[in-house]
Amino acid sequence: MMNYIIRRLLYTIPILIGITLITFFFFNVVGGDPVSIMLGKHANAQMIADMRHEMGFDRPLIWQYFDFLKQIVTFDFGRSYASKQLISKMILDGAPVSLCYTLPAFVIAMLISISLSLLVAFWRGGWFDKITVIICVAGLSVPSLAYILFGQYWFAYKWGMFPISGFQPGFPEMISYIALPVIITVVLSIGGELRFYRTVMLDEIHQDYIRTARSKGLSERVVMFKHVLKNAMIPIITNVVIEIPFLVTGSILLENFFGIPGLGNQIVEAINTSDFPVIKAQTIIFSLLYCVFNLLTDILYSLVDPRVSLK
Amino acid sequence: MENTKPVLEVKNLRTAFRTEGGELIAVDDVSFSVMPGQTVGIVGESGCGKSVTSLSIMGLIPNPPGRVIGGEILFKGRNLVPLSQRELRSIRGNELSMIFQEPMTSLNPVFTIGNQIMESIILHQKLSKKDARLRAIEMLRLVGIPAPDKRIDDYPHQLSGGMRQRVMIAMALSCNPSVLIADEPTTALDVTIQAQILELIKSLRQKLNMAVVLITHDLGVVAETCDYVVVMYAGKVVEEGTAEDIFYRPSHPYTKGLLNSIPSHNGKSKGTRLETIPGLVPNLLKLPKGCRFQDRCTRKQDRCATAEPSLESVGAGHKASCFFPYKEGGV
Repeated sequence: MMNYIIRRLLYTIPILIGITLITFFFFNVVGGDPVSIMLGKHANAQMIADMRHEMGFDRPLIWQYFDFLKQIVTFDFGRSYASKQLISKMILDGAPVSLCYTLPAFVIAMLISISLSLLVAFWRGGWFDKITVIICVAGLSVPSLAYILFGQYWFAYKWGMFPISGFQPGFPEMISYIALPVIITVVLSIGGELRFYRTVMLDEIHQDYIRTARSKGLSERVVMFKHVLKNAMIPIITNVVIEIPFLVTGSILLENFFGIPGLGNQIVEAINTSDFPVIKAQTIIFSLLYCVFNLLTDILYSLVDPRVSLK
Repeated sequence: MENTKPVLEVKNLRTAFRTEGGELIAVDDVSFSVMPGQTVGIVGESGCGKSVTSLSIMGLIPNPPGRVIGGEILFKGRNLVPLSQRELRSIRGNELSMIFQEPMTSLNPVFTIGNQIMESIILHQKLSKKDARLRAIEMLRLVGIPAPDKRIDDYPHQLSGGMRQRVMIAMALSCNPSVLIADEPTTALDVTIQAQILELIKSLRQKLNMAVVLITHDLGVVAETCDYVVVMYAGKVVEEGTAEDIFYRPSHPYTKGLLNSIPSHNGKSKGTRLETIPGLVPNLLKLPKGCRFQDRCTRKQDRCATAEPSLESVGAGHKASCFFPYKEGGV
């Protein structure tokens, strides 16, 4: 077990180096020149050269790369070009705001889709299964923007159930603000997840060992919740854990429409203003999170599947 | 046999599956009975309905699309067909249990074998976890697994195919069933392991005084283990009788064909081609009028294409469904 985790950790090192190299390459080598963007059209060559020197862009690339690594390790990405705020503080402020609505939506969607998938798998081919699949496909076919506009127009504007947009930190003040984004996120994710979990469960139900479990006289409840579910946990874990980094970054579309000051909103603004250090910091943090959760997925496998730790 | 009442009696069983091409009768009017302690073999090619017969007895036909549409399955005099799943569950894995063809995939990979054996002991015998574990160890010892008190915490992937089939047997026998249904228990195993597993089933049958229904396409396996043999073809019983009847005095051309297609090792047939039965098993949705075997039969006459033969006595306790059976003693 420990052996497996250590080996898996070692595998992650080259991936991390690769990520930093690629990110560095995009921003510092092929990306636009931040200095000319910052100084505008009327800057003369001397001004540009001074600025480049001030920001360290005239140093050899290898040193710039080490500076970048230092930024990552110390979690100090400097200040935003646009707002002059500390980027680390911006991220630490923005991530919890995104999590305020992504986390509840994630948990609710997961619970609903896993339990519904067990039910539709149990009644496979029946009317309940068919209706659920039709609703899922219909839900998947509607673009996400339509849900946002529909929700804002009817639930918020016409019926006045929630504020149209905005955000207020603190509990319980935030509830009315996050309610609609949470509902929309759940609706958006349930169609795909349910279809995926249904396939996973159906795949399990036809396994020989499920027939063995039935032949022992076990009740359907035990067959489904013990024998089917534990095997199905393997693909479910992959699907669930790898979604967690996305919870931190939030949804660009939702945050923009609902005026939620999370990381999703920050990145849109940063892109609009060519605020390179902010984009770079978010890119690298997201990549690192993705790596960490990927690693976590593999470790969780070995807890669920006894065959994994041996390989 | 001192007890003359069958422990399991299948009467006119009919099992159908809904398919896109229409209703497919996979088991059509099959009857046989199993005495306590007896081993009955059900033989036939792939797709002849032998597995469906066994799953019907267990009540494990996937519904939909499958369904038992007629007949009775009398287990200790009680008809299982009309029973609810709940009532069946108290019999299944308890007095009536089953082992399957694929030991590699028939055990759940994410639970220890001990957990899986104990599951049915706790369910049916209402033992505590601790006692169930002792019982499971005892069962593992009984089926010849070395160091059972250590092996019990192994996962299936840590065992070989033969060992897994032993575990399946331990699981099936853990509640002392009166009848064990073994569906091709040795097909997926090496020949040497096959012999060991058959020997194990044979000795446990005597030790526990249970009846065994052995489903196989392997006549060698039947000859070694069975008292009574039922030969199935395209969903129907074409011949049944004692093992001696079937092997020394086969009546139905199909049985004879099956026996002729076994390679012999006495040198007589050296240098000659192995005999086969020409043609393929008919599509159950497009059965010919008359006898189901007519297209592959060497003794076909006009009558075979117009009427379907029924199972008639051709000797004491020996039946065949053929208008022109081989008479006892040869021709």
